[in-house]
Amino acid sequence: MAGFGFACLLLALVVCAYGIGASLYGVRGGHAQYIDSGRRSVYALAGVLTVAVLVLEIAFVRDDFAFNTVADTSSRTTPGLYKAAAIWSSQEGSLLVWAWLMSLWSSLALFLTRRRIRDVAAYATAIMLGFGAFFVFLMVVYANPFATTHPAPAEGVGLDPLLRFPAMMIHPPILYSGYTLCTIPLAFGMGALLARRLDAEWIKAIRRFAFAAWLFLGAGIMLGALWSYSELGWGGYWGWDAVENAALLPWLTGTAFLHSLMIQEKRGMLKVWNVSLVLATGTLAIMGTFLVRSGVLNSIHAFGGQTLGVPFVILIAALIGGSIYLVVSRRDMLRSEHRLDALLSRESMFLLNNLVIVGLVFVILWGTYFPLISEAFTGQEASVGPPWFDHYTVPLALVLVALSGIGPVIAWRRATLANARRNFIAPLAFALLVLAVLLAGGVGSKPWALAMFCCAAFALGSAAQEFYRGTRARRAMAGEPVPRALVALVRRNRRRYGGYIVHIGMAVLFIGVAASSSFQRVNELQLSPGQSTRVGSYEVRYVRPTATLTPKEDSAHTGSTMSLGALLDVTKGGRHVATLEPSEGFYASQEASQGTVGSLIGGQPVSHIAMDIGATRNVWTAIQPDIETPSLKRIVTVGNKTLPPEDGIVGIAYLAREYLKHPPPAQFNLIVSPLVMWIWIGGLIVVGGALIAMWPAPSVVRARVCARSRARALGSRGLARA
Amino acid sequence: MTALLTLALVGVVLVVITAPMRHARAARRADPDARAGAPASAGGSASAGGSALAGGSALAGAPTSAGGSAWASSTDLEAAREAKYREIRDAELDYRTGKLSLEDYQAIDADLRAEAIEILDRYERAGEDERAGEDAARP
Repeated sequence: MAGFGFACLLLALVVCAYGIGASLYGVRGGHAQYIDSGRRSVYALAGVLTVAVLVLEIAFVRDDFAFNTVADTSSRTTPGLYKAAAIWSSQEGSLLVWAWLMSLWSSLALFLTRRRIRDVAAYATAIMLGFGAFFVFLMVVYANPFATTHPAPAEGVGLDPLLRFPAMMIHPPILYSGYTLCTIPLAFGMGALLARRLDAEWIKAIRRFAFAAWLFLGAGIMLGALWSYSELGWGGYWGWDAVENAALLPWLTGTAFLHSLMIQEKRGMLKVWNVSLVLATGTLAIMGTFLVRSGVLNSIHAFGGQTLGVPFVILIAALIGGSIYLVVSRRDMLRSEHRLDALLSRESMFLLNNLVIVGLVFVILWGTYFPLISEAFTGQEASVGPPWFDHYTVPLALVLVALSGIGPVIAWRRATLANARRNFIAPLAFALLVLAVLLAGGVGSKPWALAMFCCAAFALGSAAQEFYRGTRARRAMAGEPVPRALVALVRRNRRRYGGYIVHIGMAVLFIGVAASSSFQRVNELQLSPGQSTRVGSYEVRYVRPTATLTPKEDSAHTGSTMSLGALLDVTKGGRHVATLEPSEGFYASQEASQGTVGSLIGGQPVSHIAMDIGATRNVWTAIQPDIETPSLKRIVTVGNKTLPPEDGIVGIAYLAREYLKHPPPAQFNLIVSPLVMWIWIGGLIVVGGALIAMWPAPSVVRARVCARSRARALGSRGLARA
Repeated sequence: MTALLTLALVGVVLVVITAPMRHARAARRADPDARAGAPASAGGSASAGGSALAGGSALAGAPTSAGGSAWASSTDLEAAREAKYREIRDAELDYRTGKLSLEDYQAIDADLRAEAIEILDRYERAGEDERAGEDAARP
């Protein structure tokens, strides 16, 4: 089947080449059937790549180790569900999934626009197929997912234990969906520039895809943060890692675009800015893929090799050069139709929001690529750490959160100071109340956190006021009870109130970030059974060691050969809070030199975190058992000499028993973080708000509202003509 | 087995991507006078039935890259019209939620309605032009 899989890739490459040619020939010569054929090439590409993904997926499920990708990233002991998800843990599989997702999303975009902006869509088709051709070419030439070895090895290396985490099964496809969805607005933006059709229609066509890209990228970032917090053993969710930043950058430019897009839709302004943001978002998405897959920067999240750098650099250079050329050469067609009516208006707040976001993007871009820049100029790779990022990004994030509260209470076009003052009173009063309470509670020692709490309180107050006033207005108009009025209000103004819900989610998320990063209590120490320690106001006692054997018995369900851990009793003020059982999983390696026993636990050990999760705080624990003591090492050495391979597990059983009988001191990492749960809750609120905002309005309501607006407009035409 | 599967897949791909050409050819055979697949002109061209008609008329009237005009099609104006209606509703909501004074709201609403009328006029003209183009193309 490997041959068939590779044939699919070759066919996909031919389909891409044909589709590009057909689309360009069709649009340049006005041959509609060739444009249709080009669009259908994208559907065909999606179909062919779906077959290719299925071939590889079947190989993973059947443990077909003749496939190098399967042998390198799976094994018989890898749990079934992780086996199915292992396809995107390798360089080759990731490229295939990227191209596949891109072809699926592109097909959807082209299907939805099949009867509209056909000239723009034809160019967009060629660009999408260009991306498809690029990724398929990488697979054919550099990273073939269907490469085989004969005879096939009897066992595979196994999935990287770090990736054996439930969220990691969906994190890569969600993040890749975000990246690939970013290329759709990029393709349509370039298509609009090439076709010189820069009016409202192309913006309308891509708006929902830009929203979806933003949503998927955001969800992917959140899942990555959850993985980092729950799996990586350092207790943090964000480390300004290059790959984390790579996903954040297009998300930020996407955020800016979704705001400034409204100004173009309403006022016909900011056309250059918007098309530039679209192109920048798509290019940053490709750069993000480049960072993950090229291995040019060190990252805990990077699972790529070193071979793909040059092709990616060529693609990125072509995208940047092409974007600049197109925007500059079409600048006459991108003139604004209106000017700002007033400095105090929602438009100007959106502009300010855009400027702050772009500032944030430049800071993060500089910090992320600084190692490459420093190496280019000094020959030595130097990097900047979290304190550098925090120094610049925290003030900008504060301004953004404050703006998310200011924007909603200011009217479009023009707002008067008197109105603005009246609208600011309640949110400001709420923020001041929060300030007073927090100062009384001793939070003043952390000024940045205090400022964030106040800005977030202001944003929450502003959003709450908007819902209250909107519901009140709705009730006054329709005489509905409060719940129905609220639902009707949101339903009829999905974009506006969905956006406010997103603001609420972001404010909640930032409260969680500020609290958990500023008021975290950490204790790293060695403990023996029976010993206790304090972390914050909690007392943690190491009750006894624990151990499980064989992949089947692994309590964390990650397929470890052996896991050693501890039973911890957590109390507060003498009251029992939780019993936690952190452990560390030891996995088999393929290194025969480690011996029959040593190779069973010779892989990379991975922490299995144990947490007590609460609304106000999380108690987070990790353990690193010491298996390098002389008595435990002796068991491994003797086992290696005396036990045949099939009985190696007996040596491991001896080792675990010895560990339980005479446990050496273990290294513990204990963290109490306040309000961490609100980061995830805030993320869920953001997702909910985004779904509301992007959901199409019910056709009946839309038709009725349009008819009413049309009647009003026509009514005033009669007046005007009279 | 691999060869058979590959051939089958190539066959399916060919069927999918050549369908528009087959439809255009079928349409040409059904109506030999039609100019299916002929280059679309900016003034609105005639094309034969089936997908060729749909494709031709959709491209027709739309500015091609070579043309490069700032002409707005009825679909563009439709988008502009919907955006303007939304703006009228937003202004009303801004007023009802206390963000606009009555005077400001009345002034903005009047401006928006004037802009909406202009779009509606252009939309009607574009519709008439398109209909005239289609009538002229009809044998």
